[in-house]
Amino acid sequence: MDPVFCILALVTAASAIAAVSLRRLVHCALCLVVTFVGLAALYLQLNAQFVGFAQILVYVGAVAILIVFAILLTRGSDSPPQSIFSSSWVVGVGVAVLAFGALAFSVWTSSVIYRPAPPAPQPTVRELGEQLMTQYVLPLEVIGLLLTAALIGAVIIAMREGPARHKSESIAHRPLPIPHPK
Amino acid sequence: MPETLDQIFVLLKHWIVAHFPAALQPLVSALLSISAIILAFALLFAIATILERKGLGRIQNRYGPNRVGPYGFFQPVADGLKMLIKEDIVPGGADRVVHFLAPIALVVPVLLAFSVLPYGRNMAPIDLDAGIVFFFAVGAGTELAVFMAGWSSRNKYSLLGAMRAIGQMISYEIPLILSSITVIMLTGSLRPVDIVEAQAGYWGGLPAWHVFTPWGLAGFVLFLIAATAESNRAPFDLPEGESEIIAGYFIEYSGFKFALFFMGEYFGMFAISGLAITLFLGGWHAPLSFFEGAMPSYVWFFAKLFGILALFIWLRGTLPRLRMDQLMNFAWKFMLPMALINIGAAGLWRFLPNGATRWLVCSLLVFGPFVALGRGLAAKRHWKPRTYRFAE
Repeated sequence: MDPVFCILALVTAASAIAAVSLRRLVHCALCLVVTFVGLAALYLQLNAQFVGFAQILVYVGAVAILIVFAILLTRGSDSPPQSIFSSSWVVGVGVAVLAFGALAFSVWTSSVIYRPAPPAPQPTVRELGEQLMTQYVLPLEVIGLLLTAALIGAVIIAMREGPARHKSESIAHRPLPIPHPK
Repeated sequence: MPETLDQIFVLLKHWIVAHFPAALQPLVSALLSISAIILAFALLFAIATILERKGLGRIQNRYGPNRVGPYGFFQPVADGLKMLIKEDIVPGGADRVVHFLAPIALVVPVLLAFSVLPYGRNMAPIDLDAGIVFFFAVGAGTELAVFMAGWSSRNKYSLLGAMRAIGQMISYEIPLILSSITVIMLTGSLRPVDIVEAQAGYWGGLPAWHVFTPWGLAGFVLFLIAATAESNRAPFDLPEGESEIIAGYFIEYSGFKFALFFMGEYFGMFAISGLAITLFLGGWHAPLSFFEGAMPSYVWFFAKLFGILALFIWLRGTLPRLRMDQLMNFAWKFMLPMALINIGAAGLWRFLPNGATRWLVCSLLVFGPFVALGRGLAAKRHWKPRTYRFAE
């Protein structure tokens, strides 16, 4: 097997395990970020440049920050006093083994693995862009319109300023109780 | 001879790489590019710190550093030595692993961002098809590094600074990307080398840079404002506001880790200025047609970089720091609508026939909303002439 793939897979899997087994939530979030980066590196190794960079831009740049904010703004940042492992872990392992067995069985018995592998496409960013601009232009436009509308809507909600501002201004203009120095 | 001088670094690299066996050549080539980037930008960092301190001193009517070497120009050497031999203090309550990793996580993405910029003719270290996306993707990593630093220090000021920094960086990342989309729309490429190529040539006396079009000018100004905010520089230096939260997210860092933060901030500024040059200021092209070929292409790139640095120093010396609400209002109520309108203007520019109408329509579309939005926002504030109650 390719050594680069082995290293990347090992890092991704180890950080994913760490993300569910560490005690502190912030550590878990940071390990999850390592997992995201590992996945992006796997995409890059498969020559999917755009998907890899988009993975970093969206997951590391936005989703991870959202998770971190959510942790800090709730009281989840303290580590729990009791063990984080559920007492019914035996049942959990049983369910996991069953699910894995079912998936493995269906993969092994399916006819897909006997089909010859299609030639691997080389999706360059240019081709991706051309496909998006010709064949898939309508879905792209619809998504773009939806996201822009959401963005503008959020700004319009923020534009409306409540009466709190004017209240604070009126407090500021109230004459001060201390005597005016002459 | 000018041709050789222009390509001297490329030729030198090919000459060195040719001495190695074929199996090692890609590795040696990569290592040479990496060392060139690190050396050039470390030197630029030293020069920028001394220029900034001298320039700020000039603006604030004082001398600035003038003790080490002639006119104090060896001050960065002294500072560097001091940073190296200072004690590295880690707070007792700090999260040691995250505290150690944060400066590294800040500097490494910024160094990665340097790798896609074209510094001269044939001088892009990695010629990526999706170079611009790569640049923004690695830039997104720095926000997390700032959070790591602020959270792991176990200090309320550093956490406040980190929260401010993340809020600011996320808010200004949107106008930053939206304003650079115009260039990508008009050139039809995400590859930095193609974008620079598209700005070759001259219209009469003016170079065909994107900044000399209505949408390009608006995009450049928006980009530069957002870039100032992204690199946490004055007037957007709230994350480290000395008078409120002392130094923000790197308050608990000393010695070389502090130097890494300082370096990361300057490197971020260089990288984003380099992207501004690539997108709007014609990359390594000369500003006037009779200069073309007179000087090597990389000289022009770094001359433009110094020009933008001078602008940043000037802004830092003359503008007061924004308040948090002003910062957010400016990003979401002014920068974002302007960036969206600018995208519309760029689209019109693409489809209107070349001529005076195109200039008129696009200029109106950009500068009309600029005036209207600015006036509208100012009118909502009910600003009156300032009155002083105690200082008369």
